[in-house]
Amino acid sequence: MRKVMTGNYASAYGAKAARAEVVAAYPITPQTSIVEKLAEFVSSGEMNAKFISVESEHSAMAACVSASIAGARTYTATSSHGLTLMHEVLMWASSARLPIVITNVSRAMAPPWSVWADHMDSVAQRDTGWMQFFCESNQEVLDTIIMAYKVGESKDIMLPSMIIEDAFILSHTSEPVDVPEQPLVDAFLPKYDPEAKLEIGSPKGFGSLVKPDQYMEFRYKAMQAMESSRKRILEVEQEFERAFGRSYGGLLDEYRCEDAETVVVVAGSAAGTVREVVDSLRVKGLPVGMARLRAFRPFPREEVRSLAKKVRGIAVMDRSYTFGAAGAFYTEVCGSLYPLAERPVVKDYIVGLGGRDITPRVIENIFMDIIEASDRGESAEPEWVDVEGLGRRWR
Amino acid sequence: MIEVRFHGRGGQGVVIASEVLANAAFREGFEVASFPYFGVERRGAPVTAYARFDRKPIRLRSSIYEPDYVVVLDSSLMKGVDLVDGLKKGGTVLFNYPDGRAFPSLMPEYRYFTLDATSIAAEHRIGSKVAPIVNTAIMGGFARVCDEVSLESMLESIRDKAPVKKEENMAAAMEAYDRTKEVTS
Repeated sequence: MRKVMTGNYASAYGAKAARAEVVAAYPITPQTSIVEKLAEFVSSGEMNAKFISVESEHSAMAACVSASIAGARTYTATSSHGLTLMHEVLMWASSARLPIVITNVSRAMAPPWSVWADHMDSVAQRDTGWMQFFCESNQEVLDTIIMAYKVGESKDIMLPSMIIEDAFILSHTSEPVDVPEQPLVDAFLPKYDPEAKLEIGSPKGFGSLVKPDQYMEFRYKAMQAMESSRKRILEVEQEFERAFGRSYGGLLDEYRCEDAETVVVVAGSAAGTVREVVDSLRVKGLPVGMARLRAFRPFPREEVRSLAKKVRGIAVMDRSYTFGAAGAFYTEVCGSLYPLAERPVVKDYIVGLGGRDITPRVIENIFMDIIEASDRGESAEPEWVDVEGLGRRWR
Repeated sequence: MIEVRFHGRGGQGVVIASEVLANAAFREGFEVASFPYFGVERRGAPVTAYARFDRKPIRLRSSIYEPDYVVVLDSSLMKGVDLVDGLKKGGTVLFNYPDGRAFPSLMPEYRYFTLDATSIAAEHRIGSKVAPIVNTAIMGGFARVCDEVSLESMLESIRDKAPVKKEENMAAAMEAYDRTKEVTS
């Protein structure tokens, strides 16, 4: 049934629909209402789960790791400084091969203090070994939680997933969301049944010391699992579409790219606004398109290469910046394209940090700029968009 | 697409007002989105919230700069906030404004409506006497000034959203609907 709800409630309904059995979380703005709603579901008996209150996000993830080793389907949610505090245990969760699902309400890092949308927190976790899915709508948040359990719990994958929901733009925006019927979800997502788990009466060791003669093999297997997830994500999405009638474009969600000459690559909620701009520029006769990085880990390098073969210019919109390098999406896109003999012009646009509004006008100007850069045929330094004192008007 | 901006103060239910509208418009078959401009919401501080509704899915994720409607839950915001900033020509302003007090100067390009939501909310004992929660009353008034959303849908939405005193909130909205009037110069 379709109901009007926030992205945070969509997350809570997603965890409930997936029948998460353990929730361990610590509240932080703007994630709090996810945890409040789940606490309400658990206390009313609508959700049969153990709710563990902890004293920090580090402990929240540690509790999730323990619950997941014991064989429970496990969920948590956090944001920004909460996620970065978890960093150590995020590494543990993925290498222990635990299919935990987290919603990260993606928010800027301080100082200066900010509670608004920004991808720095999520991007900073790209090396933790988690699958990372950036969402465009509240519906996608709910659906991706369900799909992520199915992908992560596959025997040849066994990896955790991070569902990324932009602060306020999704987390506190109310919009219609279809809450799938429980029997359909149950048929789609069977009970979590790991091959090995911590059990009384069947002692096993987890996370033990290995010597240099074995460590690399563990890493190699985790690499294979992440590589296999590419195919599995697509299969699960097809299955999801058959069951629920919705899909989201795989790892790289392309919009009007078939005959596009220049495209914007973007992740998260801004993609919706880019779609609007693509349509309005198409009316004016400009062959433009959009490709949305739905998955950042695994990175859709083959999809990006195929896209690059079709176009003259790629504008990458980064809602984060890695000091001393560039935006993370940009460096990944460029890295993927290096093996190609001929490459399009690629330019990085740093936008929307700390919740600065990414308006249609800003996106139009990015398209105009990349069209010009493609005509000149030269790539340029990262462009900081809509920053006071730089002289250029973007809005 | 119809776009609405709400102005009020923390504690008056500004964000919930935007959600009540989204929920009511959804009942009318519209696609909807409502969202707060999240300041760090303190009681009494100015708060802004937004709603948009359309017959097609809403993909736009940027803020609202040129609304069709402005809803003001607290008349004291007239000092210090440009309440009609960006309001479209021919746009409508709905004010919570005390009965019997003269309305200040009008701008000819807009339509102004007032209703005494503070008194109505206090009479129906919603919130406290000193700080009545005016959001449901003002949304009754909104159903009056906006043809796309009926009073019935607004009442049903209030029934969904009001955590307590559902009947009182609905009664306040109904009374507000009747007591909303256009200001003429």
